[in-house]
Amino acid sequence: MDTRKTSIRKELTTAALSVLVLTLLLGIAYPLVVTGIGQVAFPGRSNGQQVHVDGRVVGSKIIGQSFAGDPRYFQSRPSGTTPADNAAGSAFANYGPNSRVTERAIRADISAYIKLNGRYYPGGLTAAQVPVDAADTSASGLDPDISVANARIQAYRVAAIDQLPIATVRHLVAAETSGRALGFLGESSVNVLELNLAVMKATGK
Amino acid sequence: MTAAGWITIFAFAVVLSALALPLGAYLAAVYSGGHTWLDPVLAGPERLLYRVIRVDAGRGQDWKAYARSVLVFSLAGWLLLYLILRTQTLWNFTGLNPEHFHSMPWPVAFNTASSFLTNTNWQFYGGETTLSYFSQMAGLTVQNFLSAAAGIAVAIALIRAIASHGGTSLGNFWQDMVRTVLWVLLPLSLLFALVLISQGSIQNFAHYVSLRGISGVAQTIAMGPVASQEAIKLLGTNGGGFFNVNSAHPFENPTALTNFIEMLAVLIIPAALVLAYGRMVGSRKQGYAIYATMMVMFLGAAIVCYIAEAHGSPAQHVAGLHTGVIAGSTGGNLEGKEQRFGIAGSALYDVVTTVTSCGAVNSALESLTGLGGTVVFANLSASEVIFGGVGSGLYSMLLYVLLAVFLGGLMVGRTPEYIGKKIGAREIKLVVLGILVTPLAALFSTALAVASRAGRSSIDTAITAAHSPQAFAETFYAYLSQANNNGSAFAGYTGLIQPAAGNLGAHAVSFANLLGAFTMIFARYAPILFALAVAGALAGKRVSPAGLGTMRTDNPTFVVLLIGVIVLVGALTFFPALLLGPVVQAVTGHLY
Repeated sequence: MDTRKTSIRKELTTAALSVLVLTLLLGIAYPLVVTGIGQVAFPGRSNGQQVHVDGRVVGSKIIGQSFAGDPRYFQSRPSGTTPADNAAGSAFANYGPNSRVTERAIRADISAYIKLNGRYYPGGLTAAQVPVDAADTSASGLDPDISVANARIQAYRVAAIDQLPIATVRHLVAAETSGRALGFLGESSVNVLELNLAVMKATGK
Repeated sequence: MTAAGWITIFAFAVVLSALALPLGAYLAAVYSGGHTWLDPVLAGPERLLYRVIRVDAGRGQDWKAYARSVLVFSLAGWLLLYLILRTQTLWNFTGLNPEHFHSMPWPVAFNTASSFLTNTNWQFYGGETTLSYFSQMAGLTVQNFLSAAAGIAVAIALIRAIASHGGTSLGNFWQDMVRTVLWVLLPLSLLFALVLISQGSIQNFAHYVSLRGISGVAQTIAMGPVASQEAIKLLGTNGGGFFNVNSAHPFENPTALTNFIEMLAVLIIPAALVLAYGRMVGSRKQGYAIYATMMVMFLGAAIVCYIAEAHGSPAQHVAGLHTGVIAGSTGGNLEGKEQRFGIAGSALYDVVTTVTSCGAVNSALESLTGLGGTVVFANLSASEVIFGGVGSGLYSMLLYVLLAVFLGGLMVGRTPEYIGKKIGAREIKLVVLGILVTPLAALFSTALAVASRAGRSSIDTAITAAHSPQAFAETFYAYLSQANNNGSAFAGYTGLIQPAAGNLGAHAVSFANLLGAFTMIFARYAPILFALAVAGALAGKRVSPAGLGTMRTDNPTFVVLLIGVIVLVGALTFFPALLLGPVVQAVTGHLY
């Protein structure tokens, strides 16, 4: 029976040794093994599913990027990072539910959305028709997706500016829409980068 | 609210329970010296490890020796992590600091080391702008494993004390810790990490990728060995993200499927431990009763939070947004949430992470509605016994069980006894103290922070009005979270000012960092010591067989009693503070 028979010195030695050995096992060996297997078995995914156009990297499939100021493209969700979609500095916007700052931010996003898309949408756009994902900042600031409703509204603008038939653009949206995982998990989402690449291809750029 | 959302919540409960049953049986075997299928592979390395660290694993320890081992082990871990964080550039030769970050300021390192040691993983920093891959791997990932193992070991010691029929030995801490790492955490993490990578989580040692997007906008994408850390972050209910936004980041949590699996990973060991408990004390129904208590409270929280978030926030409504579900849009309060997870996937995750001491988030807690925010506050107010952290959830819950047995015994006029052992004055005093230290630490630190100028400086007044309920909620949550070793935050609360990535010119808000560190350490080790003292008191007790008058602790009546006790203690302690923060926002639609 061990009460104080193990000296404190012996315990400290054991503690120090165990922390060092376990650091080697869990902090060096384990990540190296996982990296090794991951890079061999899933090379694209381990490295972030980078997308290439004409031989250069133009983004990651699962990381949102900014298309602001370019109305030819579908726009990503509002982002709380500085600058928008900063993938080296992800951040929440941290807008509280009862905050005037939040209200102002949402109003600004709504009017920007209506200003960009309103004139192309049949019947015009009101605030109540703006989908929530277009006016609320994402959690990561790097959300690669938008909702189907959001994409359908923007489709009118993209079709008009890129001079494509609206049916074609809606078809592209449907092609880039992924449904709920296993039929009930999460939400249907449209990947903005993949969609814009498809639009680029359709306009022959 | 959608049918898919409700299915998600209930499917989660079913799948969790289905997985917890076999894992519970496995855990019972691991800690009772039974045979497991990993024995041929691990027995040799286990013996080698004991020889290297010079420990006689067969030597039983009484509660004082066990506690001493826990403390000494923790001290060694803390020192190593602190050193690694403060010498970040020293390790550049490994190539694992491709962005050449400098070390974080010492108060932040102090807070971070204390945080990861105590299974809290509170982060006043963002990983991709502050830490090298080496620090994340060899520093944080290691403590993710070790803090989880320490918590589980203490729970096992208490289980053995309850189950024992004489003798003061609670087992051997070093053996319990090593077996937890080798038989439980490492295999599960390895498997889970590979699953994550298959779904899109990254795992590399590359430089950050600089590119120009297709509309010409420049972007730099942070990289790193994420999946290996992510796995143990969740399995060990640690919660510290590789990146600043934690599991909202697509590289940590790429799909709605990984979201579901991550939630399972957080609760699977705590759930399985409860079932293992039943097996180890010789009565599975005891385990089921505690499991039922936890599941009822968990589902209640999940349902309320989902309804609250689906309803939308006052700010959205005043700004003119329509938050009902429409074709092709989730509706609801999507502020601070990711599209791919939607409302249910985010609300459920936030509940999962706050009933346990995990604290990983896939959405901004600061942006939850008043009622949704009240739910996560309430979860923390229950002192992380609803499944709770790995190990810590069970030993904390067992203290509440003993309290419920005591109160029940008083009500029916019988000597309180639990699984054949009489609960006397000495035991109940230790139980009550063990239950109260965490809430007291939370309230004391909160009071200090709101009353002092140094404490108030952590509120970012650009987004949160000073003296608003939200500002109070941020502060209260910070210390409630750290005291409960949760680690999630209403993240407007700052502790590190960084003008640029890499820690050059960065400075800490020392008050918040140091007060937080001491809160985390005190509220982790004081309950551990009380739990072990209770174990010591119970271990030597004689077991008397159950008679006609014994109050049963394995039936629905006891479940109701236990829930009542947990709610009562939490409400009595925290009701006034809760009213001042999240409840005000829930009840009024007022904007501040």
